[in-house]
Amino acid sequence: MLAFLLRRLAVALSVVLTVSVIAFLLLHLSGDLATDLAGPEASPEQVARVRVEYGLDQPLVVQYGHWLAGAVQFDFGRSFYFRESVASLLGDRIPITLKLGAIALGLALLVAIPLGALAAVKRGSWFDRGALAFCALGQAVPTFWLGLSLIIVFAVNLRWLPVSGNATWSHYVLPSVALGWYAIPAVMRLTRNGMLDVMASDYIRTARAKGLRPHTVIFKHALRNAVVPVVALAAVQFGFMLGGSIVVEAVFSLQGLGQLAWEAIARKDFPVVQAIVMLLATIYILLTFLADLLNAWLDPRIRVA
Amino acid sequence: MSTTSASDTAAAAATAAALASFDAVPARRSPLARFTKRATRHPGFMAGAVLLAVILVLSVGAPLFTAHDPYAQDISRRLIPPVWHDKGSWEHWLGTDKLGRDYFARLLYGGRISLMIGAATVLLSGVIGTALGVAAGFFGGRVDMVIGYIINVRLALPVVLVALAVAALVGTALNTVIVVLGLLLWDRFAVVARSTTQQIAHADFVAAARAIGCSTRLIVFSEVLPNILNPLIVVATLEMAHAILLEAALSFLGLGVQPPLPSWGLMISEGKQYMFFSPWVITIPGVALVALVLGINLLGDGLRDVTAPDNRS
Repeated sequence: MLAFLLRRLAVALSVVLTVSVIAFLLLHLSGDLATDLAGPEASPEQVARVRVEYGLDQPLVVQYGHWLAGAVQFDFGRSFYFRESVASLLGDRIPITLKLGAIALGLALLVAIPLGALAAVKRGSWFDRGALAFCALGQAVPTFWLGLSLIIVFAVNLRWLPVSGNATWSHYVLPSVALGWYAIPAVMRLTRNGMLDVMASDYIRTARAKGLRPHTVIFKHALRNAVVPVVALAAVQFGFMLGGSIVVEAVFSLQGLGQLAWEAIARKDFPVVQAIVMLLATIYILLTFLADLLNAWLDPRIRVA
Repeated sequence: MSTTSASDTAAAAATAAALASFDAVPARRSPLARFTKRATRHPGFMAGAVLLAVILVLSVGAPLFTAHDPYAQDISRRLIPPVWHDKGSWEHWLGTDKLGRDYFARLLYGGRISLMIGAATVLLSGVIGTALGVAAGFFGGRVDMVIGYIINVRLALPVVLVALAVAALVGTALNTVIVVLGLLLWDRFAVVARSTTQQIAHADFVAAARAIGCSTRLIVFSEVLPNILNPLIVVATLEMAHAILLEAALSFLGLGVQPPLPSWGLMISEGKQYMFFSPWVITIPGVALVALVLGINLLGDGLRDVTAPDNRS
């Protein structure tokens, strides 16, 4: 187990490092940042001063070294736009996106796991077919359009929930539904397949044969084992949600990481964009690493591979 | 003694009968006939195929179905509601947008953009992903390790964010959007191509091809690729849907297809500020997007069932 853990850790760290090179190069190879920063009316001397001030006159490798050395200490330099440290900007926004992602994931699991389990138990019934059709339809709905439609129905027509912003808990309801929606089909299908496998196994037959009530068999014996792979999927989906929250945050004007990233891209504020790409990638790698460990811990066969 | 020989004779007769009945089984139908039979009995596949065919015909043949120019503005006819509203009329049966352009015409021409972006993106990402996946699965060892690593790096990058950043930096021409999406969405092709190639690489017919001296290139193109094509086509449909949704999202965020092109995502984005009083401006392109993506997904899921090996449930 230790060898497996170390090997995976080494891979995860090197992926983080590669992503950092990509995130760095992505925005540095795109033209002359100093000219962009100084603005269209700047004189050549002003451009030159900006170039020196932001360290853009140094070789790329040196700039990357500086940036990486800072990044490992969560110091991503200063924003070009806000004249504030990127770290403090991120610090304000991270809790909002994490909260949104956590609620969205919670909602998705709360809907998808029971639906998937029930669909498996009633395999082939109208309920099963309906759930699968719902999945197909669900995956076809664009997140941003779902968000706008939710606003029209629940915020404008019914006036149950606020349109946008992030002042109270009720502001998170609609964005979380919009963000969590896309994860439901994947989780539901996995739960359903897992349940079908488990329900066909010998120990479930034994449990039924010894006369346990169907409820006990399904919830206590079957579902517990069937949701194991769902935990790993949930970790990965959480990573996707943090990355995808950019769309939802734009729809609902939620001032999270995604909104910050979108604004930073529009302003060519590249220290901020780099930091967010880096942060999201690192969170994703960490989550998949944990999911791998969990799987390996639960299923010793994986450790050998 | 006689009993033994009698039972022998009976056994022989039984075997002969079995053989005869084996011969009597009609010759297996051609693969195409089998495919057609299975496909027409699969409701999801048929629904998806019909939905996609309708959208394809409507958008490719757009000039046949509407006389309006999708770019012609008429400020005196702004935001006319669709025909089922009291103020609607058959002249613009899906209404007009904020610049007075006919919504039905924009919808049809916008379908071309979605279909083209979906197809072109999948072509690009399919080639990249398949090449990487087949190489990893066929050669194994170090090659597999390096490619697995590349796949991991790609998966760690947040797609929407990177696509937005690149689009903002290199520009938002239609071709750029396609290239950016194509370079980002190859991961599932690679994963599927890798695992299916691994299974094929150890098959007897590959060993036989190698034994008679076929080159690696010949084996890859004439033994491996035809055998992994079915799962790759399924991935292609799902990724096409993915690409169409991503394009819509990018256009919605203002960094995808640019005005005045009638992309459905862009139509929703442009309609956003009018949605409170004229909700149809976002409902109509949204429903079109859902229908297209649903059609493609149903077709893909159906294809997976229809082309699955014989002994499936």
